Amino acid sequence: MPTAAPLTSTTIDGAIDHLQTTYPKAVSVDDREGYGGIIVDSAQLLDVARVIRDELGFDYLSSATAVDYLGAGDHMEMVYHAYRSSGGGALVFKAQTERDHAEIPSLVSVWRGADFQEREAWDLYGIHFPGHPNLKRILMWEGFHGHPMRKDWREAYYEEEQKPFDSRWPGGHVHRAEEKNVFGKNVSYPREIDLSRLMDTSESAVYQSLGLGVDVERVMDKDGFETNELVVNMGPHHPSTHGVFRMVLTVDGETVTSLEPVMGYLHRNHEKIGERNTYLHNIPFTDRLDYISSMGNNHGYVLAVEQLLSLGRRYNEPTYRCEVLRVLMVELSRIVNHLWAIGFWLNDIGAFFTPVLYFIQERERILDFFEAVAGSRMMCNYMRFGGLFGDLPERIKSVSNLTNDRARDYNTIQFLTEMVSERIPRTIDELEQLLTQNEILIERSVGVGVLSAEDAINYSAAGPLLRGSGVPYDIRRADPYSIYDELDFDVAVEDAGDMYARYRVRVKELRESVRILRQLLPRLEATEGQSIWADGKPGAYAPRVPLGEAYGRVENGKGELGYYIVSAGGKSGTSNPWRYHVRAPSFINLTPMGIMSQGYKVADIVGILGSIDIVLGETDR
Amino acid sequence: MDLNLQELNATEFPVPAELENNIAITSLSQLYNWGRRNSMWPMLFGLACCAIEMIATASSRFDFSRFGFEVMRATPRQADLMIVSGTVTKKMVVPIVRLYNQMPEPKYVLAMGACASGGGPFKEGYNVVSGMDKYLPVDVYVPGCPPTPQALLYGMIALQRKIDGQSIANGDDVPWYGAGSAEPTPVPVLGPDIIDPRQMDMIRRQAERAAQDMVDLGMRELPAAMQMVPAKSATTAAAPAETAPVDGDALAFVLPAGGTPWTEAEDIREKRRLRALARKAVRASRRASAEEE
Ligand code: SF4
Repeated sequence: MPTAAPLTSTTIDGAIDHLQTTYPKAVSVDDREGYGGIIVDSAQLLDVARVIRDELGFDYLSSATAVDYLGAGDHMEMVYHAYRSSGGGALVFKAQTERDHAEIPSLVSVWRGADFQEREAWDLYGIHFPGHPNLKRILMWEGFHGHPMRKDWREAYYEEEQKPFDSRWPGGHVHRAEEKNVFGKNVSYPREIDLSRLMDTSESAVYQSLGLGVDVERVMDKDGFETNELVVNMGPHHPSTHGVFRMVLTVDGETVTSLEPVMGYLHRNHEKIGERNTYLHNIPFTDRLDYISSMGNNHGYVLAVEQLLSLGRRYNEPTYRCEVLRVLMVELSRIVNHLWAIGFWLNDIGAFFTPVLYFIQERERILDFFEAVAGSRMMCNYMRFGGLFGDLPERIKSVSNLTNDRARDYNTIQFLTEMVSERIPRTIDELEQLLTQNEILIERSVGVGVLSAEDAINYSAAGPLLRGSGVPYDIRRADPYSIYDELDFDVAVEDAGDMYARYRVRVKELRESVRILRQLLPRLEATEGQSIWADGKPGAYAPRVPLGEAYGRVENGKGELGYYIVSAGGKSGTSNPWRYHVRAPSFINLTPMGIMSQGYKVADIVGILGSIDIVLGETDR
Repeated sequence: MDLNLQELNATEFPVPAELENNIAITSLSQLYNWGRRNSMWPMLFGLACCAIEMIATASSRFDFSRFGFEVMRATPRQADLMIVSGTVTKKMVVPIVRLYNQMPEPKYVLAMGACASGGGPFKEGYNVVSGMDKYLPVDVYVPGCPPTPQALLYGMIALQRKIDGQSIANGDDVPWYGAGSAEPTPVPVLGPDIIDPRQMDMIRRQAERAAQDMVDLGMRELPAAMQMVPAKSATTAAAPAETAPVDGDALAFVLPAGGTPWTEAEDIREKRRLRALARKAVRASRRASAEEE
């Protein structure tokens, strides 16, 4: 098709037109109320996906997730959000399948980043993906009964489809869920359970996928010496896996030949619970995703819901002061996140706990600030749809130093100004002075855990992992939200793609965050007295959200955090999401972990994992 | 050393004046407990969000080493205390029980936060265990989500107080002072759902019942005293009313012995319910009038 502009830089609409003219039969526009993008016939999904990637230039598959439309069309749907790594909006495409024999071709051969996400869809929704190289459960264990995210699957403590449960409100009758279960536990067994042949197959399934018949294999190394290839299990209880994460490696001597991440040890059913909750209910739950930077999680979620709300009649944009405060909080949590990430990465490569103690010290001051503003140190639960929980208090209490734990009373703005212009920059200087040129650190991290730019994009890596591989992709610039387009900052990027590059990116981002914070202080003063709510009073406590879908994404400390939300149901909108999906950077960033570790030593593995910077609450959700 | 001789020396045996401050006469238990309470090494393992606060408690601002929780050890063999710091999932409880079995006695478990104490905000989830005490004996529960570092410290000090009260002479008090080695806790099995080996019999009985009268396995009607909620149609259909108390054993640990606490709370609940209904009605009428406009 000859067109004026090159296809790789057409608008989204142009791209959709192109697809429709190329595949008139297979591609149709999604015209359900509130929806966008296209629906692709799954028989031709692979071809269309290749065109989307190669001809149209959408080389970055951000999110792939399933939705179960039981009772609302009775089909399953895979929803894909593809972006251009040069920036811009999403091309949303969907493939549908029936519920009984759900099957959609795998896109792993086009975007490797679909790997874990398709496995998740298989695990939780039971959609089969022909062509997937390793399609087995990822969050639950092999042998678990059923696919729990399906709308007709009920958990043991099931009470009702949606909250608030009648028994609690207005019923006011509280009971413990255990009391309703014969076993006094959160369990239910399928009727056909056969205890005599009960076997725990979850472990063998893990090892089988490595393609090893036995644990030890004899191999010859390149010089003809006999070496042993063995399987080493790390985690889920391991001090360097940053939580309950597990890796199974095969090693040849000291060298890693393959690595398989095993997760789900902190799978606490965020999405299933999220679909029972009301929209407002979910805000404190998002705090517990990436629990290092809860403010950022709040932000992504309220953005997604606000997108949906803006389709309705009664919606007011957040005020300017509200946006300033949001960005202030998010940037402070980015600083916390990066300090934490660098500190624990250093732990992993041998600088055991000394540096991190200094970083935690700085973090404590920021947490004191959060506590004074939002009421909690870690789980801030601060943002609301169209506003915030509250404005800054006039005075706050914080420790003055760490030799004693005496809290002092500060003027908030003074405290902030001092923190932004003195304390945090000083910490970063100190950090750089001791670490950036440190020989041991350079020895350990330069050239280790290399991820090339193409791989980073193809594997859907995000955040410092992507930018450390030389791809200058930062959502705050590539697809700006909130007030980022008027703020002055640079996208941190490094080309080498190794652990050291990621460290450098984080340090640069710390400085950029400080730069943003400096620009926010005058804005805070200028908006002094302005309300954080559009019409001066808090918005609807439990809003009814218009029908439709929305994908809200933010650049969180760990990478692209996205929320895919579907509101379906009655005509007047719903108070509970139909589908609530979290595109978790920690989860998807682990997809390239396997190729990043091949050929490096066992001792480097924990460092490589640390340099990706994951947090398990978000990985497993 | 901060050994408080006066405290330690609280016995009726006289000590010659010239030997005071050089000799201490005490009970073995006291000395032993004193040593133990001041050198509790927690195991280095974090489960979820609460682990972050645990790390904050270990670091310089709060510093639990001050209280004798000197270092965290990454191996269970060198740890005295397991701080269950976060949500226990079905998938994770298997390794946790195994780790607990590997800890040498005497050993203690501290449930940190709402999740470890009773399931917490994620309790209803299909992969979440409703509190660590469903599988392991828990010594101290610390409420909070997450508990502040101060709260965790308080919990740890509570544990120390608990140790102070234990006695070597009393085997019932602390199992590990009894004769012989203690039985390991049975490790749960990941079948179609998690299976506690201690409940095998019960599961078998339930399965038989289910095969006979098509009851949904695992669901039960509450006995009348506890049935505060009008049953949802789905659950009413599930079990016939006359078979309400399905399993005596199961009930025994659910219902507190003798009477129910429900009756006392009933008044309060009823009042609350009426108030909520009144509020709801007011709101509905307001909405109706707003819509008319
Ligand atoms: S109690 Fe709260 S903070 Fe602690 S693990 Fe559970 S959800 Fe996280």
